[in-house]
Amino acid sequence: MAGPEIKAPAFREFPTIPALQPGSMAGSKSYVANEKIQEALGFPGKLDDDWQVTHDKAIAKMGDLLGKYRGLKVFMDSCVHCGACTDKCHYFIGTGDPKNMPVARQDLMRSVYRRYFTLPGKFFPSLVGAKDLTKEVLDDWYTYYWQCSECRRCSLFCPYGIDTAEVTMAGREILDHVGYGQKYSNEIIGKVHRIGNNLGLPGPALENTLEGLEEDVKEETGVDVKYPLDVHGAEVLLVTPSADFFAEPHIESLIGYGKVFHAAGISWTLSTKASEAGNFGMFIGNYDQMRKIALRIREAALELGVKRIVVGECGHAWRAAYAFWNTLTGIGAGGNDPFAIELQKQLDPNYKQPAHICEVTWDLIQQGRLKFDKSLNDHRIITFHDSCNVARASRMGDLPGGQFDIPRNIIKAVANHYVEMEASTIREKTFCCGGGGGVLTDELIDLRVKGALPRMEALKQIADHDGVNFMATICAICKAQFTKVLPYYGFNMRLVGGVHQLVSTAIKLGDEK
Amino acid sequence: MASIEVNGKSYEIDEEGYLVNLGEWNEEIGAYLAQTENVTMTEQHWEVVNFLRDYYNEFQIAPAVRVLTKAIGKKLGADKGNSQYLYELFPYGPAKQACKIAGLPKPTGCV
Repeated sequence: MAGPEIKAPAFREFPTIPALQPGSMAGSKSYVANEKIQEALGFPGKLDDDWQVTHDKAIAKMGDLLGKYRGLKVFMDSCVHCGACTDKCHYFIGTGDPKNMPVARQDLMRSVYRRYFTLPGKFFPSLVGAKDLTKEVLDDWYTYYWQCSECRRCSLFCPYGIDTAEVTMAGREILDHVGYGQKYSNEIIGKVHRIGNNLGLPGPALENTLEGLEEDVKEETGVDVKYPLDVHGAEVLLVTPSADFFAEPHIESLIGYGKVFHAAGISWTLSTKASEAGNFGMFIGNYDQMRKIALRIREAALELGVKRIVVGECGHAWRAAYAFWNTLTGIGAGGNDPFAIELQKQLDPNYKQPAHICEVTWDLIQQGRLKFDKSLNDHRIITFHDSCNVARASRMGDLPGGQFDIPRNIIKAVANHYVEMEASTIREKTFCCGGGGGVLTDELIDLRVKGALPRMEALKQIADHDGVNFMATICAICKAQFTKVLPYYGFNMRLVGGVHQLVSTAIKLGDEK
Repeated sequence: MASIEVNGKSYEIDEEGYLVNLGEWNEEIGAYLAQTENVTMTEQHWEVVNFLRDYYNEFQIAPAVRVLTKAIGKKLGADKGNSQYLYELFPYGPAKQACKIAGLPKPTGCV
């Protein structure tokens, strides 16, 4: 890529708080969506030429959100600036830009909130840190709300439980409503509506890719493992990020899902209509988009008549599925429109709806229905990177912490060598990969490299000490992000892969000759 | 919208340097775009670019990396049918960089 050379920050001997570098990331701005992209989602195409119009629209939208989302109002009011969050953000640690401190990121909105929505701010703005919404402030919103990965690590350490991701989402929602959207996310959402997935992979290409996979697996194993598409009456509908059909190492996990279903004798299908588990509507904080994207999965499930819905390795998709699908779509109890009720009758109540592919695989392992040759993974010394949306916004299985234990249990069931990263960087305290929440775009590569620093430090420690050479994860964004940034830190890009990639390596398909 | 000039003709490109009107592509434009990426085009590079374009014409999307490596492997021998070889040709990643040079839209999403 053209432009200045991007360098990774040096590893720190001790993870101290970085020295402030004001404005250091002010120039790191993701591309703004053009009119075509914006209007396809029903947003204004661009900022109004008259600033007053934009200003009024933004304040009105903010008022709307404050009325609709009680949490947002509480988060605006309750921060006491204690500073507990400051050094918890990977972007602040990596960049030193004070506006990347979670408290400062929130204050970009909070100062405007005070000015327009609180009495002291209306009358004595300078006394309470209240600020007018100006074009400069709005530009800062755009720059810094698109330097947040909505990973919610800061929220974990906030004594008031303030969720910065909610603030970021509100910021992005307001920006979209004044015609100031982000190209990367909004272009992708448009593709989901137009073509069916984030990648823009049309049905025939999907079919061709899956046929190719069947050939490959047959060649490697001698077994006819199927990767079925649009099969009516299959038991399971698998919904997975479209990157699983396209990118490396993602596709290795897709191969693994197919092998699990094959070995367990479960009929399953993928769907052209629901060929995307990801839901970028969540990243932009837009409920309507989130619902519209999720409804594709309900439509596919009803059409295909499946009994179970299973979600592949995608971090934020699992949050959307686990936390929101029930009321958005009726997958799981909660939705009460006729189609949701019909779907709830159709789905098998003996299974979790939806279920994560890791829950499915772990259940099968516990029932003794899958067999492995663990030695086939002996060339790997493995660690597990918890993905933020799985770790801090969902659960798996029936026990607290299942979302941490189940993927690890699977790895230990299929491989002999497992090493944990430093305790303050895993499980609920996990660090973001640096590319989540809608910032996985090339023009933000500087931010992405710097934001990966704390994860890379923890990895470096066990790579040097224990020879770890494989970092497993269950998120398409994590996989793509690490593939790109690992080399900046002196690692091989192939060091990252999926949990079901490991499963795929060791699983016995049962019908080997 | 930005544009590039090749052989005295002007072509629209997007913010990231991808050709806007795919139908306008020709080898000179490909070579020009390669230059902006610091890629020196050889016969091996063109093999990949041409395969991408053929695949795109059929499926309206670039091929999965795996499909690409398999096709290259069949054509040029198993030792070249791997992503390592493709990364040597296109250091920023075969999917994005080779697509750009081939005048195809950038693959989007979690890739």
